This record gives sequence, structure tokens and C-alpha cells, in this order.
Amino acid sequence: MTCEETRVLVNALVDGELDAGHAREAEAHVASCPDCAARLRDYRVMRQALSAPALRHQAPAALRARIEGALPQHRVAAVAPSRRSLLKGLAAGSVLSGALAAGLVVFVMRQEEDQRILGDVVSAHLRSLQGDHLIDVQSTDQHTVKPWFNGRLDVAPPVVDLTAQGFTLIGGRVDYIDARPVAAIVYKRRAHVINLFVAQVAGGAGPEPRATIEQVQGFNIWRWSRSDLGFWAVSDINAEELQEFGDKFAAAVRSGA
Amino acid sequence: MAAGVGDEDADKARRFRDAALPHLDDVYTLARYLLRSAADADDAVQECYLRAFRHFDGLRGQATKPWLMAILRNVCRAEFARRSGASADVADVAEDAAPLWQEPTTSPESAVLRRHDSETVRALVAALPEPFREAIVLRDINDLSYREIAEVVGAPIGTVMSRLGRARSMLREAWLEAERAPQYEERST
Repeated sequence: MTCEETRVLVNALVDGELDAGHAREAEAHVASCPDCAARLRDYRVMRQALSAPALRHQAPAALRARIEGALPQHRVAAVAPSRRSLLKGLAAGSVLSGALAAGLVVFVMRQEEDQRILGDVVSAHLRSLQGDHLIDVQSTDQHTVKPWFNGRLDVAPPVVDLTAQGFTLIGGRVDYIDARPVAAIVYKRRAHVINLFVAQVAGGAGPEPRATIEQVQGFNIWRWSRSDLGFWAVSDINAEELQEFGDKFAAAVRSGA
Repeated sequence: MAAGVGDEDADKARRFRDAALPHLDDVYTLARYLLRSAADADDAVQECYLRAFRHFDGLRGQATKPWLMAILRNVCRAEFARRSGASADVADVAEDAAPLWQEPTTSPESAVLRRHDSETVRALVAALPEPFREAIVLRDINDLSYREIAEVVGAPIGTVMSRLGRARSMLREAWLEAERAPQYEERST
């Protein structure tokens, strides 16, 4: 084999794109050719330097938000037909009063918004498990994680350490639900990740609603709200354990607030 | 785009988010190296995702990442065309003008390449001409296989290998040059 041929192969060798036979041939040549050996060695140094995380760029959060915002929003999508069918019912001589019909529309809208948000929660959870998107601030210390959200969000999420209760705080990040930035606080239960999303929600007056557990696309979601904050905890741990997490979290927030 | 979208679109949007958004940093990284401007990269990536969403239904059993990067590349090409007015595809001309494997073997055989800091490495890559810069970014920074790169740039694997070979030779030369002239770092930033 000549140097000419090997130079192509040296690259493929560095890239691990050669089958065993060709790799042996290339290595045999490199062993007897100082020039190709130097090249191979240098390419490996270069390749290693180029794989450093610092060489990569992180997409700005504003860009991510713009892209999310440009996608069709489920709210308009899902509600339009329902509202139409309700109104059609009225036109057909329904005895529903206008006020009651309006109430129903709002109810239907809320139902569908809920479903969309739950879907988003699962999507965000799945996203977080791919690549290095799980945590932006890595800390088991609630006093580090909580202030990290300052200035990044318009909510100050309660961050509580539940390590003693078997749920280890591992960090936090900003994520997007319903095309809005929200706080994601990340816990671990054994090998399972629990994402706890916190966002500002409407409401506040009235009694605190009961927490609920729902299953969406095979994941359990615990939902709770307190004054103007909404909480969604999502994980693949079983419903009982997630309920336990929710109870412990809610208790800690109540006693801390 | 809100009016008239149905459940199907909402579902499509959700599937698109799950499939495409995890690759955002990769796509953005490629855009930064191809366009060498943060503002242009922002615009190109947004346009890329818009186009990708429009054509998402056409993606059947194909890997999402190379598909997104191929779209980004087309967006960037349009941007190059805009920048250079009517001037034709500079990249391909450069490739033809630079015969493969003819570079002088000036590298000292004994010296091991010195490690540069990331800033310098970034500048060295950014200084490579197209299509060699693209080849090395796709391979070494975006970590695509030869087959995936061929898919992104729409060229045979053989062409990808030659470009990558040439790119590494050029980068090595520039690397050694930067070692000999450390002030390169100041000039380049």
C-alpha cells in the first residue's frame, strides 16, 4: 500500500470507519511509515480537541422559545371544533341558556388545555432524558438551585430537598411547557428521574385543589396547585411512589411557606 | 398560523417537538460554524425548523438529525447566495481548485501537535474554507458518521472522505502554523 492510499485510510482509521481487514492493512502501513504515523498521531490529537464540549454552541433560550412559539398551538387547534359544535347545538333549538353555554365552552377549553399541558409535560420529560438536557444547574443543595432561577423566570419556584425522604435533588433547568418558560426541578429516585415543573397559573383564591395523579403516554403525572403556582411532577416510577413524592413535596412547601 | 389547525396539526406539532428539538444545539452549532455569525445562525436555525416542520410528514423512517442538518445547509446556502450577490457557488470552485493530497509534507515528523485552547481551535476551524470546514464540523464536532455526512451534504461517501482528508491536512498545517506564531490567537479573535 502506498502513502497516497493510506492517507485516505488514515482518516477512516481515526474515525473508526474501517472494517477489521482494512484497519489492519492501514495500521501495518502506518507502522512502517513515519510520515503516516505522525499524521495519524496528529489527527488523533486534533480529533480529541475538536470533540471538546467547548467547541460546541448552545442554542440561545430565546431562539428555542421562538421556534416553540412558531409551532401550531394546541389551544386554538383543539377548541375551535368543540366550540362550533356547541354553538350548532344552540342554533338547533337547544334549551341551554346563553350563560350556561358560555360556561360549557370555558369548561371544554379548560379540559383541552389541561390535556395539552399534560402532553407537553411528558414531551419535556422525554426531551430532558436525551443528551445533556437534564440539568443546567447541578446541585443537591436547595440553596444553590433556588437562586439559580432568579432572573431566568418570572416565578420563584419553591425548591425543597427531599433526600431524607428518599428523593434526591440533583438540580434544575429552564424548560418549556405550552411555549412558556417554566422551572424544572430534577429529583432522582434510585435510577429514575422525576421532573417537577413549576409555572405560574391563573387562580389563587378559593380552597387549595386536591392533588391528582394521571397517566399519560405511560408516564405518571402528579398535579397540584397552590395559590398562583401550578406543579406537575412526571416520572416513570409507579403511581404510589409518585404520590408519595407529591405528598412529601406539598407538605414541605406548606410548612416552608 | 393558528387559524384552522386541527387536532392532527396539534399532534404533528407534538411529534415534531419530540423529534426535532433535542437536536437544536447540534443544528445551532453547525449553523454557527457554517455562517460564522451568531445573528445569522439564529435566523438560519429558526428558518430551518420552520421548513422542517412544514415537511415533517415527508420524514419517513429517516434519522432526524441528518435530515435537519441537510435543511439547515440549504438555508445557509441561500444565505451565502444573498451575501455574495450573484457570485456562484464558491465552495465547489475552491474544491476543484485544490487538488487532493498535493499539499507539501512540511510537517516535522518528530514534533507532536501542541494542544491549543478551545478558543484557538475554534478559530482554526472557522478559518478553513468550504466545503472542508463543513466536513470537519459535521464529523468531529457534530459527530456524524460518513454515511450521515453524505446524506447531509448530498454527496457520495467517497467525496466526503476526500473532503475530510483535505480538511484535516489543512487544519494540521494551520495548527502547526499557530504553534509557530502564537500571536495568531490575537489576530484571529
